[in-house]
Amino acid sequence: MKIALCIKQVPDTTDIRWTENNTIQREGVESIINPYDVFATEFALNLKSELGNVQITAFTMGPAQAEGMLRKVLALGCDEAVLVSDKKFAGADTYATGLTLSRAIRTELPDFDLIVCGQFAVDGDTAQTGPNIANFLNIPQVTYVKDFKEFKDNKLILTRELEDGIETVETSLPSLVCVLTHDYEPRRPYINGIISASRKQVRVCGLDKLSLPVEKAGLRGSPTYVSKAFRNISAHNAEKFVLTKDESVNLLKEKLENLGVLKNA
Amino acid sequence: MPNLDNSGILIYAQLTRENYIHTVFFELLDKAKELAKKLGSVDVNAVIFTTPGLIDEYKESFKNKGVNKVFYFEDNKLKDYSTEYYSKLMVDLVGVIKPEILLIGATNQGRDLAPRVSSALATGLTADCIDLDINEKGQLAATRPTFGGQLMATILCKTYPQMATVRPNVFKINQEDSFVETEFVSCPVNLVGMKNHVRLLEFKKTVDSIINDLDSAEVIVTGGKGLKNEKGFELLRRFASSIGASVGATRGAVEMGLAPSCIQVGQTGKTVHPKVYIACGVSGAIQHTVGMENSDYIIAINNDENAPIFDIADCGIVGDVFEILPEFIKK
Repeated sequence: MKIALCIKQVPDTTDIRWTENNTIQREGVESIINPYDVFATEFALNLKSELGNVQITAFTMGPAQAEGMLRKVLALGCDEAVLVSDKKFAGADTYATGLTLSRAIRTELPDFDLIVCGQFAVDGDTAQTGPNIANFLNIPQVTYVKDFKEFKDNKLILTRELEDGIETVETSLPSLVCVLTHDYEPRRPYINGIISASRKQVRVCGLDKLSLPVEKAGLRGSPTYVSKAFRNISAHNAEKFVLTKDESVNLLKEKLENLGVLKNA
Repeated sequence: MPNLDNSGILIYAQLTRENYIHTVFFELLDKAKELAKKLGSVDVNAVIFTTPGLIDEYKESFKNKGVNKVFYFEDNKLKDYSTEYYSKLMVDLVGVIKPEILLIGATNQGRDLAPRVSSALATGLTADCIDLDINEKGQLAATRPTFGGQLMATILCKTYPQMATVRPNVFKINQEDSFVETEFVSCPVNLVGMKNHVRLLEFKKTVDSIINDLDSAEVIVTGGKGLKNEKGFELLRRFASSIGASVGATRGAVEMGLAPSCIQVGQTGKTVHPKVYIACGVSGAIQHTVGMENSDYIIAINNDENAPIFDIADCGIVGDVFEILPEFIKK
């Protein structure tokens, strides 16, 4: 089975700093692998260890620095890595990103059986790129995937974690899955993995390698654009009380009475 | 520039597993009527996928809601949601009626369907919006949180239809009847030569009734990592039941295994806006607050005086939940 694993480098959103003008300070913010892509990577590596004959090619679209993240997943056990990178890809929205990645997969791994993505990226949180790729490659998609149960007769049986329960579904291959979560701890690289990863090549794939017209890439190829961005500031009045235990309990009671929550008090 | 070929707003009327129209449809509908007015009283239409013979049952649900046309596809193949079938038919419909705006609820199903449809139509999609408006040029201005909720971005779309998804419970239903004659239009189900590659084998409901009502709850009590363990969460549940509140959890608490993910409130969980929201042992990470800051009144109890939750709480109580809650329940 040939797997294309799509991952993304994102700024650490727990560590966002603001400039005086309420814009996000991008300099000096650490980049991490998108947390949902850690689950996606784990999902692909688990398929590899359970099924044996699996080859994983990791793809990412981003600047040259994203190679470091690809090296990390190579060290975890991915076999190949492709850095989809070109200045002309800059400013791409999810539509242009999905189109570019789908062309890169078609060029670099045309005989793929499965594409594995994370469900969301924590910076944009759109959950759109995976389904976009599936549409452009005209293959089925399964989103909100929790785990795989079985692979037989070229069909993958998966569980999906949804807002009202757990679905078990079957998909034929080729297919695309978006991984939401996992029950097990993500693995760490072995020293052997790090050594062998340093010997592996990260292939770079620019616009000239893809059958993609320049007007379909990056900002130009994006149907959406940001017209304004602003800091999210709360409308609630922060009133803070430091009281004794009994006073705190009474305050809570009084507030809930005033708000009509405690009707019989 | 508004495109004159493209007119009207189309809303996806998702059916739940129990075959009810999802409430998010009615929330989107009321918002769409506002937008339609700003666009010069354009039509507000709905699309629904169902099985033969059921459409009459839905006619009542659409009555006096202000929907101009309900486009319906009925076929036994549409019984279970199928990304491939539903997106194909939605694309067919959009090709014929050419709406200028297409709105879809950001449920699991909606977020599976919408990007598939938008990319097939080569148009833009803005996910998980918290506000929709029409700007001075007549474009859909869709505002959504990004960067874990710390930044709000207003996004415009150069192509038609302009698509957006909105989570359940973000917009309020205004309950006003509007007396518009609703026309029901049967649409041809053309799935010739298509195969559905994903088959539903089994569904196991995990949401129980106690926690299922976060969407409509007037009072929500939420626990964070500060509750430490299952005993802490048990205390939270007792507190909640003593005041008739529903229970929510932060992502941290869910990741610690203290609560199921279906009651998670926050950017990757639910968006709620109860009358009263009581955060217990919740630090107030933006990831969480973006899902609850529209609550009418927020009470926070946390022993860390510097917890960011206090910045957005109307009443912040610096104290130990393990001391305050048992004492409160006793009284």
